[in-house]
Amino acid sequence: MNIITKLALAAGLATALSSGAMAQDISGKVIGFSQIGSESGWRAAETSVTRQQAEERGVDLKFADAQQKQENQIKAIRGFIAQGVDAILVAPVVATGWEDVLSEAKEAEIPVVLLDRGIDAPEDLYLTSVASDQVLEGRVAGQWLVDEVAGEDCNVVELQGTVGSSPAINRKQGFEEAIADASNVTIAQSQTGDFTRSKGKEVMEAFLKSSNGGADICAVYAHNDDMAVGAIQAIKDAGLAPGEDILVVSIDAVPDIFTAIAAGEANATVELTPNMAGPAFDALGAYWADGTMPEKFIITESKLYTAADDPQGEYERRKDLGY
Amino acid sequence: MTRRLLSRLANPQLLALLGVLLINWLLFPNFFRITWQDGRLFGSLIDVLNRGAPVAILAIGMVGVIATKGVDLSVGAVMAMAGAVAATLVVAGYPAPVAVAAALAVGLACGLWNGFLVAVLDIQPIVATLVLMVAGRGIAQLITEGFIVTFTDPVLIFIGTGSFLGFPMAAVIALALLVLVTLLVRKTALGLFIEAVGVNRAAASLAGIRSRMLLLYVYGQSGVCAAIAGIIVAGDIRGADANNAGLWLELDAILAVVIGGTSLLGGRFSVPLAVLGALIIQAMNTGILVSGFPPEFNLIVKAALIFLVLIIQSPLASRIMPTRMPVREASK
Repeated sequence: MNIITKLALAAGLATALSSGAMAQDISGKVIGFSQIGSESGWRAAETSVTRQQAEERGVDLKFADAQQKQENQIKAIRGFIAQGVDAILVAPVVATGWEDVLSEAKEAEIPVVLLDRGIDAPEDLYLTSVASDQVLEGRVAGQWLVDEVAGEDCNVVELQGTVGSSPAINRKQGFEEAIADASNVTIAQSQTGDFTRSKGKEVMEAFLKSSNGGADICAVYAHNDDMAVGAIQAIKDAGLAPGEDILVVSIDAVPDIFTAIAAGEANATVELTPNMAGPAFDALGAYWADGTMPEKFIITESKLYTAADDPQGEYERRKDLGY
Repeated sequence: MTRRLLSRLANPQLLALLGVLLINWLLFPNFFRITWQDGRLFGSLIDVLNRGAPVAILAIGMVGVIATKGVDLSVGAVMAMAGAVAATLVVAGYPAPVAVAAALAVGLACGLWNGFLVAVLDIQPIVATLVLMVAGRGIAQLITEGFIVTFTDPVLIFIGTGSFLGFPMAAVIALALLVLVTLLVRKTALGLFIEAVGVNRAAASLAGIRSRMLLLYVYGQSGVCAAIAGIIVAGDIRGADANNAGLWLELDAILAVVIGGTSLLGGRFSVPLAVLGALIIQAMNTGILVSGFPPEFNLIVKAALIFLVLIIQSPLASRIMPTRMPVREASK
């Protein structure tokens, strides 16, 4: 075996490896995407990242906006089946009522991938689901705080999401799991800020009053970045330095929190990646290439960002995604 | 004279506010502690004034509408629109006074549109203003393109978070509006005209009141008040959040007016008592936040307290508790 064959083999191996890791060639495929709507900045970013991912892979993406209505999604999926698309991505607006339309897709032998949310339906009706692990997000945030305070006593105030919503329940649970073993870190107060900036600010103002002007608060844990941005303003209004006097950790990784991290006013955020479509396309590619059945539940990475992760650059990368 | 003033002060709304504040004080002993910090007053009581200001301003506009037997459901959406307009204009480089004027103009236009539907087309107010309640938020989202438009304009931020003589700017604006509108309706015949239209529009028209103009005026006033509240809320978070700004605040404003003793059937109304109603609502909200209750209880506690307040000022309670009687006798 001469050097050239070796090189060629190595190159071939490298391509095979990279395509295995990245994606099989799915260019030219027609894929329908039924999106919930654009109720939040994150949702808009998910839509634009899905379009980007499809373009990079040469996929012909058929996009349908359901405007928060399940009947629109079912209509869109029926439309995709009638058009004979190669695969369908759905971000389901509710958990129930999908059996009929997904059975139709199954009969037409069109694989369906669920994005971002799960459904109550037999698992054989869809190929796989791609979603984040909200408990893990809370755990990553909690672990960061435990590491950051390194054994010192720390009273945390928590800004919860909307009461009863699954991100609020799961992110609270994950955070509590992470700090369970650290007796020095305790949640002193917890209230809902409804995932909004103004409520986050209002609740933080009340916390500051009831915690000796903020002197008794060591950190804020917000279930989303928007509430953290509101809390940062409240801390500043109270004459304290957010990020130093009071640590700020939150979840989502929207552009504005990176501005705050770059300015030293927030400390860490855990990313809820809007790139749900990338793993979905990879799974479809592997499935079409050699029939590999993907795992039923693909969990996206919950990456932690701090001031060490080029916050300004992250801001620039995200600001045009539609957050 | 002093006796009459005293008996006027002893109204159910003030008693309710004092009651709520007392409960807050029991739950959180430092509730009344106010300190001076960075050139402004700082304390939970100040938070009640500051956070209550947007709803109080909405209530000042709403009370006139309700007195004419109407209702304005669109104020929350108008807030979102006004905030969106002001924020996008300053971000586009226009000076703050232009942005504020444009936002107020949008509020006025929205109010006049509601007034047109009610006064000229004779559409029922709840339906007429529902149109803008739904469409307005959509328009606000169109203006901001779905983003939270953040700005750094010092004037807008001052309107939302600044202070005047130590008091939060939002509360100062609310007080100024309260004085202005109260003088307008009580020192001129305007208040009487509004009540006349609310009691019986046909009779008022026959008596020579131009009821169409009057309805246009009250809805326009409500729109302008909503725009002011919208600018304050946007300035407060240094950004226009079209999805959440003013969401459901129309209900808080209506509640404030009702707690203030103005009947939804129109007629007699009181601007100061509506503002007091807004403060009662906010005192409850702030109290819940500082009390340390788990958030799952928020709505239950709020509902129970509102129920209590409504009982205190129900006709039955005022018959048992003769606080208002001397006023009526004195006015005879």
